[in-house]
Amino acid sequence: MIEVSHLYKSFEDKEVLHDINAVFENGKTNLIIGQSGSGKTVLLNNIVGLLDPTSGNIFYDHVDFCALSKRDKILLRRKMGMLFQSAALFDSMTVLENVMFPLNMFSTDTYIDREKRAKECIGRVNLSGAENKLPSEISGGMQKRAAIARAIALNPKYLFCDEPNSGLDPKTSIVIDELIHGITTELNITTIVNTHDMNSVMGIGDKIVFICEGRAEWQGTSADIMNSDNKRLNDFIFASDILRKYKEAEDEEAAKHHH
Amino acid sequence: MLTLKKSLTEIGRYVQLMGRTLSRPDRMRMFYKEYVKEMYQLGYNSIGIVLIISFFIGAVICLQIKLNIQSPWMPRMVTGYTTREIMLLEFSSSIMCLILAGKVGSNIASELGTMRITQQIDALDIMGVNSANYLILPKILGLMTIMPILVTLSVFSGMIGAYSTSFMGTTTISELTEGFRYSFNPWFFWCGMIKAVVYAFIISSVSSYKGYTVEGGSIEVGVSSTDAVVTSSVLILFADIFLTQILT
Ligand SMILES: Nc1ncnc2c1ncn2[C@@H]1O[C@H](COP(=O)(O)OP(=O)(O)OP(=O)(O)O)[C@@H](O)[C@H]1O
Ligand SMILES: [Mg+2]
Repeated sequence: MIEVSHLYKSFEDKEVLHDINAVFENGKTNLIIGQSGSGKTVLLNNIVGLLDPTSGNIFYDHVDFCALSKRDKILLRRKMGMLFQSAALFDSMTVLENVMFPLNMFSTDTYIDREKRAKECIGRVNLSGAENKLPSEISGGMQKRAAIARAIALNPKYLFCDEPNSGLDPKTSIVIDELIHGITTELNITTIVNTHDMNSVMGIGDKIVFICEGRAEWQGTSADIMNSDNKRLNDFIFASDILRKYKEAEDEEAAKHHH
Repeated sequence: MLTLKKSLTEIGRYVQLMGRTLSRPDRMRMFYKEYVKEMYQLGYNSIGIVLIISFFIGAVICLQIKLNIQSPWMPRMVTGYTTREIMLLEFSSSIMCLILAGKVGSNIASELGTMRITQQIDALDIMGVNSANYLILPKILGLMTIMPILVTLSVFSGMIGAYSTSFMGTTTISELTEGFRYSFNPWFFWCGMIKAVVYAFIISSVSSYKGYTVEGGSIEVGVSSTDAVVTSSVLILFADIFLTQILT
């Protein structure tokens, strides 16, 4: 479980996050949604400790992350897996070497076992066959998938994904969403995903935090989201025509039943 | 006042980074792999430039001395003797490292800078890897291992360059050989080795610092690699005066 409490973050005098409070539970896929530039990446980077909050606390299973010593932070981080918005693969290594890297660094298994595990992860993201390619030789979406494979190689306890399916086609997006969701329930880990993809929201969102202009504007489940009367949330999710029509049809239906 | 404060903070941050760098690697196996790779990349790939530059400088020094200093009442071996001393004491150690600061320093700073702005260093940190130790230590130790070898090669290449001038009918090979051998003090060779190791540390650690701490984008990476070369060159020159004073 990860808990964010009264989190503020400013860059110089520009306030990006304002009093964020949220609880992300185990075994659930927690989504942070919001417009581009609303502060999702900054929030995630604060949670994992790449940025230091201006004020506020982050608790990992009730342990205050910001108060940990450098050494303890490093130990806690070995239980984290993270997918960056820009994939951040090591560009001097092949896909297989990238996925094997955390295993080589921290696992005590034999080489054969480590390679087997890496190949298994690569298979789960449908990248089998691209093992020996360099990141510069594969597409942006493939890089993302390779980065997911790297993030899950060590079976993390906390998984963070910054826009896992931006740049992916709808079909692959669903595969990735299902993969993230599957791992989360299977291993009972705490997963936080940044996204602005409504398909993911409806598909795998167990808990959703909506960020608007640096404030946690709305929180709830994917079942609640369609029926919320928060104006800003509705503006965000019904920006697409299809969903708006779907909602209108649903409302009409409800009205008919009412009569 | 402001620049003083800025440079003091910079020194503080450099020392802090070195503190994180100079610790025992988490995985020795991974460290050795990187160490060998860096020796190859930073050292082996510099052998060509070292040999070429030293060869020509050795030849030119020999010619210049012959033309400007040599006179009938001076022993013929003075040319060889002076060439050896210049190569050994200054050129092959200090000037060669100054040249390598340009090649190796910009290489290190731009590599680490690019890793920083593409979040590869963040990715290492998130995995719980000590990124400074993993990335920088192999570079520092690799360059410190290979630099004395490069300096030795430079001395020999310079001597071959000097020999090559004998075909132009200036000094003969035997006169040069006599000069090269004349009152050889092995301690001067070790001075060159000590300087090489110190300069290797300066180049690799300063450039790593500049690259590792880049913030921004490709322009900042460019700035950091220029900065790395300028700063390490200036520091090498200071260290040269200092080391020459205490070693000889
Ligand atoms: N290092 C920084 N310095 C100053 N401002 C920053 C910095 N990083 C982010 N910001 C600002 O914070 C705001 C939120 O940025 P953030 O990257 O979190 O957006 P996002 O919600 O992730 O958007 P997207 O969906 O496009 O990725 C932006 O207005 C950005 O200008
Ligand atoms: Mg973002």
